[in-house]
Amino acid sequence: MARYLLGRVFDGLVAILGVVTIVFVVSRLLGDPAVLLLPIGATQDQIAELRAGLGLDLPLWRQYLDFLGGAVQGDFGESFQFMRPALDVVLERMPATMALAFSALGIGIVLGALAGSLAALYRGTVVEGVVMVLALLGQATPVFWLGLLLILLFAVELGLLPTGGYDGPASLILPALTLGTFTTASIARLLRSGMLDVLRDDHVRTARAKGLMPRTVFLWHVARNSLIPVVTMTGILAGELLGGSVVTETVFSWPGVGRLIVQAMEAKDFPVVQAGVMVIATTFVIINLLVDLLYGILDPRIRRRG
Amino acid sequence: MRTFLGALTRGSGWLGLIGILLITLLLLFAAFGPLLDLPDPTRTNLRARMAAPTISLFGVGPHPLGTDQLGRDILSRIVFGSRVTLAVAGAAVILGGIVGTLLGLVAGYFGGFLDRLLMRLADIQLAVPLMLLALMVIAALGPSLQNLVIVLALVSWVRYARIVRGQVLAVREREFVQSARAIGASAPRIILRHILPNVLTPAVVVATLELARVIVLEAGLSFLGLGVQPPFPSWGRMLAEGRTYIASAWWIITFPGIALMLTVLAVNLLGDWLRDHLDPRLKVR
Repeated sequence: MARYLLGRVFDGLVAILGVVTIVFVVSRLLGDPAVLLLPIGATQDQIAELRAGLGLDLPLWRQYLDFLGGAVQGDFGESFQFMRPALDVVLERMPATMALAFSALGIGIVLGALAGSLAALYRGTVVEGVVMVLALLGQATPVFWLGLLLILLFAVELGLLPTGGYDGPASLILPALTLGTFTTASIARLLRSGMLDVLRDDHVRTARAKGLMPRTVFLWHVARNSLIPVVTMTGILAGELLGGSVVTETVFSWPGVGRLIVQAMEAKDFPVVQAGVMVIATTFVIINLLVDLLYGILDPRIRRRG
Repeated sequence: MRTFLGALTRGSGWLGLIGILLITLLLLFAAFGPLLDLPDPTRTNLRARMAAPTISLFGVGPHPLGTDQLGRDILSRIVFGSRVTLAVAGAAVILGGIVGTLLGLVAGYFGGFLDRLLMRLADIQLAVPLMLLALMVIAALGPSLQNLVIVLALVSWVRYARIVRGQVLAVREREFVQSARAIGASAPRIILRHILPNVLTPAVVVATLELARVIVLEAGLSFLGLGVQPPFPSWGRMLAEGRTYIASAWWIITFPGIALMLTVLAVNLLGDWLRDHLDPRLKVR
């Protein structure tokens, strides 16, 4: 298990290093920030001076090494827009993104598990039909359109909830529902098909034959064994949600990391873009590690293979 | 043909049938919609700004689905937008599919350093959320239809490469490949003539599932203003523009969204059905 974990940590570090490199290359393709930062009509000397101040006059490989060295210490330079350390600007937005991501995941796991197991238990009945049609629709509805529809219904027509922004728990409801719908649909479909497979397994028949209570059979023999694909999916979804649901955050003017990165990109604020992408990639890698750990707990066979 | 229809109507096959019907309808719309004598999708008419939908039991009226904030006909923009969406998404899936499949073939067949390098690259790409990666690349290249296709293809090659590579590893050691090698066939010949036909089915299934994701991603990028650029009408952009007028004109955001949802639903249904019938092993991602 320890060797398995170490290997996974190493893979994760290599992935992060790769992300740093890509971010560095892409952000250098975006244009010269020194020209953009200065007012129109600045002299060549002023531009050159600012470039030197920002370290943009050094050869590219030096800039890359400096960047790497800084990244390891969490130093991505000062934001060009806010004149504060870029990492601080990003981390300030993390709570908003995390609140949204965890609410959406919570909704998805609870409703998805409920709907998925109902569909599996009542297979071949109306219940399964309704759940599956809703899940198919939920997966096919683009989140930003659903967001707009919810705004139209609950904010514009009924006036019950705010259209966007970030004040108080009420403003979390619509964005969380929007993202939660897709999560619910994905988990429900996956859990149902996983359970249908497990229900056919020999060990379930044995458990029933032993005369165990249906509830025990369901919780300990069926549900537990259908969880692995669900855990994988939850990990993928968590990564995508924590990566800032750029579009949803834009629809609801939600002050999260995704929207920050888009705005920073438009303003050519490289340090913030770099810090933001790094924070997201690191979060993503860590979540995937946790998912791998969970596998080991759910399925001892994987632990031993390690 | 009979077995094909049989497979379509048995069990959950009717869902696949609905998908195929919807897709056929969509393609007919995209192909022949312009013959319907619709108004020019880019012509503005400030006197008819935000006109409400005129479709009813008694007839269709001049603007069946209403007009937008510049007085452009929404039905016409949806029909012409479908051509842009399908062309961009289709081109991206084909490009990504070819590149991904070729890389997967090479990685799986030759193994070694090349294989490790390619799979590492895939891991790295998977560590960045898709939308963010697409945004970064678009920001660097500049928004245009051509760059949009490149970005969407770039974002999707990984899945083909991984699945094709896995298939190649299984096929590589089979007797017919070894005998081809024994009679002195070159590597490109073995890969293209003997291995490729055996990995095409999963690649096609992945392509269908990817198509839905690419369509949504394209709409999202266009929604953020980084995808399809004017004068081309695009569903994502229509949603972004309608967002400002959501309180006074519900129809601007409603109809393009329905078009988008039905398209994604149709492709998803077809993809699920293809996967279940052609290659059930792909079920757990």
